[in-house]
Amino acid sequence: MNAHTEPTPREQDDPLWVNPELVLPLLEGFIRDEITKVGIPNVVVNLSGGIDSAVSCVLAARAMSPQNVTALMLPYKTSHPDSLGDAQTLARQLGIQTMTISVTEQVDPYFEKFPDMTPLRKANKMARERMTILYDQASALNALPLGTSNKTELLLGYGTIYGDMASALNPIGDLYKTQVWQMARHIDVPEEIVSKKPTADLWPGQTDESELGFTYEKADRLLFHMIDRRRSPEALERMGFEPAFIQEIERRVKQTQFKRRLPLIAKVSMRTIESDFRYPRDWGR
Amino acid sequence: MDFKVGIAQIAPALGDVHENMKRIERCIERALDEKTDLVVFPELALTGYTLKDMVPSVSLRLDSPELKRLMDASARLSIAVGFVEESPDYRFFNSAAYLEKGRIVHVHRKVYLPNYGMFEENRDFAAGSRFRAFNAAFGRCGILICEDMWHPSAAYVIAQDGCELLIALSCSPARGAQSDGDLYSADAWQTLNRVYAHLFSQYVVYANRVGYEDGVGYWGGSEAIGPDGSVIARAKQFEEQFLTAELSSDAVRRARISSPLLRDERLDITLRELKRINREREQ
Repeated sequence: MNAHTEPTPREQDDPLWVNPELVLPLLEGFIRDEITKVGIPNVVVNLSGGIDSAVSCVLAARAMSPQNVTALMLPYKTSHPDSLGDAQTLARQLGIQTMTISVTEQVDPYFEKFPDMTPLRKANKMARERMTILYDQASALNALPLGTSNKTELLLGYGTIYGDMASALNPIGDLYKTQVWQMARHIDVPEEIVSKKPTADLWPGQTDESELGFTYEKADRLLFHMIDRRRSPEALERMGFEPAFIQEIERRVKQTQFKRRLPLIAKVSMRTIESDFRYPRDWGR
Repeated sequence: MDFKVGIAQIAPALGDVHENMKRIERCIERALDEKTDLVVFPELALTGYTLKDMVPSVSLRLDSPELKRLMDASARLSIAVGFVEESPDYRFFNSAAYLEKGRIVHVHRKVYLPNYGMFEENRDFAAGSRFRAFNAAFGRCGILICEDMWHPSAAYVIAQDGCELLIALSCSPARGAQSDGDLYSADAWQTLNRVYAHLFSQYVVYANRVGYEDGVGYWGGSEAIGPDGSVIARAKQFEEQFLTAELSSDAVRRARISSPLLRDERLDITLRELKRINREREQ
């Protein structure tokens, strides 16, 4: 299945297919429940113009009232103008609050100090600047920062730790990218956003799939069988996945495990946070 | 005997026994208004599910003031409710009590504590060691808690012990949306409930919770299944609801006349073969 085309009639036979009718109320309830428990009635989202933040934003606007949702648009001087335009179109359609803050003035002086910065370092720096704005505006707006990382990104570690991976709650973190596309079609995300090539918009012309070296559809299919269905590499090979691709994905998942966990704490006492001091996050909520 | 059951499909407050007592007592009032003879609450209704290290601080002794209050309430209608039980020797069980006529008629301690995937109940709880039916106002009843229901031996033992009304309490998380049908959890539970009702010609009253804890949604869908396997009543998914169902001993009787499965069950063969299997496993 190509995510950019209409769903095929037998889509429900595809194991990657989720039932949007089931998933939608589950995710809306998740957002509503958490904001109610925490007692902070608003959410704030970094709306990039891409599919993930669009879906997170729509879910929040549906779960709450649109006036309780604020979309931040945080372009850099090289960001594609369509990104901002698409984000604005969606925000207008949803009737949510918006705020546009350029990060250029914030990051350029730093970049000038380190002229040898690689594009990756610059990208991470920008992602973390955007995170600081997200958290600061969350504080100013009495809002929770809403996450926009999907399951594919999280598993592949294709995101910036303490940057775009940071949030208080993430409604789409258990949906693969292709499932996010599927949900987007279901909840009427504008076609320009659904059909554009996924990009972190880190430098002109960048696309995720060319940088990763494979398509999301291909990665999701493998990840689904590897992670969700717990199939061994041998079984995956029998299913037709190339050994090199299986190894590549396994390597990425393992290598980026640190991004999905809290920092390691050296154990000294009889009761250490995480290992033997374990409470739910909703403790006392 | 005709009997009206209420199922309180609630979202307990995590770790807050005081708040949950209030919610449960409100449901009891509702149950009295609806003239039900029995009200059933979900697993760990007094505490919520994702307790982890909170277990010892939310546990109740059988002689605790909270259970005493519920016992007092049971003078007016029977109550089945899940809670954390602390035993006199300081073990903590995921338990359910059946209260009737002002006393504790039965306590079931969850035997099968799931400890795989997203579950780690063995870390926090001691496991029970009994499956027993008991006599109550409606007739012989049995209680199983969540994972117990996934072990057919548990339902089988209770059925052979004479059960007419199996009360199943759960905190079943919503998971598996990879289909064009229902949630994986809902499909699985509906199958279990119907099979146990039908095969053992008994009522199954299933109380599942709703609400979210740490991002996990509990799907609800509580239901009452008749002794012929038919769905008598089913609650909505993901919403709090007070569901009622009319039960009748006569329906159990007719089901057992129509399909005399219990009459024909060969306990002696089952026992002999299980003993043989056990012997062979030990070798």
